[in-house]
Amino acid sequence: MNRYRWRTFGLEMSMVAVAVVIGFPVYVLINLALRPASDLSSPLRPTMSPTFANFTDAWQQGRLGGALLNSVLVTTASVIVVLAVSSLAAYPLARASTRWSRGMYLLIMLGLMLPFQLAALPLYQTMRDLGLLGSVWALILFYSGLQVPFTTFLYVGFLRALPHDFEDAALIDGCTPLQVFRFVVFPMLKPITVTALVLNAIFVWNDFFTPLLYLSGSDQQTVPVAIAGFVGQFVTDWNMIFAALVISIVPILAVYFALQRSIINGFAGGLKG
Amino acid sequence: MGPVVSVLPYNQRTDPESRPTRWPTDPPLRAVPRRRGGRAPWWFAVPALLLFAFVVLVPSVRGVYYALTDWDGLDPHFSFIGLGNFTQMLDDPQAMQVVGHTLLIAVAITIVQNGFGLLLALGVNSAIKSRNVLRVFLFAPAVVTPIVTAYLWRNLLAPSGAVNSLLGAVGLGSWTQDWLGNPRLALWSIVGVIVWQFGGYSMVIFLAGLQSIPREIYEAAAIDGGGAVRRFWSVTRPLLGPAFTINLMLSIIGGIKLFDQVFALTGGGPGHATDTMSTLIYKDAFTLGEFGYSIALAVVLTIIVAVVSSGQYFVLARNERAAS
Repeated sequence: MNRYRWRTFGLEMSMVAVAVVIGFPVYVLINLALRPASDLSSPLRPTMSPTFANFTDAWQQGRLGGALLNSVLVTTASVIVVLAVSSLAAYPLARASTRWSRGMYLLIMLGLMLPFQLAALPLYQTMRDLGLLGSVWALILFYSGLQVPFTTFLYVGFLRALPHDFEDAALIDGCTPLQVFRFVVFPMLKPITVTALVLNAIFVWNDFFTPLLYLSGSDQQTVPVAIAGFVGQFVTDWNMIFAALVISIVPILAVYFALQRSIINGFAGGLKG
Repeated sequence: MGPVVSVLPYNQRTDPESRPTRWPTDPPLRAVPRRRGGRAPWWFAVPALLLFAFVVLVPSVRGVYYALTDWDGLDPHFSFIGLGNFTQMLDDPQAMQVVGHTLLIAVAITIVQNGFGLLLALGVNSAIKSRNVLRVFLFAPAVVTPIVTAYLWRNLLAPSGAVNSLLGAVGLGSWTQDWLGNPRLALWSIVGVIVWQFGGYSMVIFLAGLQSIPREIYEAAAIDGGGAVRRFWSVTRPLLGPAFTINLMLSIIGGIKLFDQVFALTGGGPGHATDTMSTLIYKDAFTLGEFGYSIALAVVLTIIVAVVSSGQYFVLARNERAAS
């Protein structure tokens, strides 16, 4: 079963063929992004006179620098807040067995079922009344609450499988509960923190619906809405649009290839609960 | 001489093997301090609970209330109309069609994406040399922003786009189509784009399941004369239960809530051929100003998600138990 035979070679070739088919759009993307708009030959033909003009044009006209900065800010801030409050909340929810804590846990788990389309519109009114529409703070606040159920769920599942001998020892040695959490429990949560970080960061970075609602009509944008606005504005100039798409993809793929092991493990393991 | 028999009483023997961890005469252990509510105070949960209540819980409850009104989103004066929005929905052939399309898309994505993902996982889990590179490469589309890949595909699937060029180049010129402009094809083109992007995601979850199956079971099955197909059906399939549960839940709920790809690929068109519940909610609220009706649609979406996910969870959990 484990030796390399002719059949294994055949399988290898067919898997590589599948990968080539899946990679085909990327080839077209890069090929067209490098092509001057005057070149109307088939999208399959490699570009003979590549140019970076599309990239500089897209960068300037799409205001992608500001959008990238906003996306980094929103993702970083939301993920830090949601990891902090969810891990802190998971500690009593996983350890205590009073009626209070069980009730709170069930209430938070209810959030796993609610699609955010239901909350998004009434919250739109609240954000407007608070004057937060068109501000990245609305997004940070939104994601910090939206991702609490999922993140708490991950932490509680992990904590319940963790022995509490260390916490007991720290308590006997005179730690306050907050110190126990900060110096004993939270360090032991590191594996699940990495998973929660990966899943939340990718979700927030890629989300389109929320900034479409809460940032529309303002000059603030994140990468997904900047791209949508850009396509709407330069409908016919696909070479420049493709350059903008490449610019928006490069940061996330760079992070992905640098951290691929943690990222893939996060997606594969985080959902086992 | 007979064997040496210790005559010391049990609690004075020095042989460490026979010494119990605690002597009956030892002083009692100090009790671990126990407070009501356990070791961690309940107020640790308050910040998370407040954020969750502000962003999800309170707006959702308010949403259910607005669904029973004729509010347009701006006017402070609106009236309570009971289930009016819901009866209007039942009489609206377009809304019913959209609900149908949404479920069709969700089921199609679930079947195709997981079938494809399982095949990829089996391929990558074999003895091929490129397995690690392929795993990283095949998963890569899943981390890229969906709206960005959707715009890429909108160009590729255009009448003069790369997909049709490719078909022409390999001699299948008669297969060229207006993939997104043909109302009968557009839905399936969207499904195809999603499978392209997230097949690798299903693969990664199936792969984690496959790698948790002990090799010995396959060896035992092979010795008992089980061929490759039989080994898959009788060993792999039941032991992949948890991976199936997770994958089916993720893809069907993701399919029901689908928004980004439709927004970018077709905008719901041609006509309403590819509108999903999420795109209709967005359009009703922000281009037609029918907030009450839009939120009533969101309530229906919530009910469908809740029913499907709990139903699927119970069925799959029961099958998992039956299989193990």
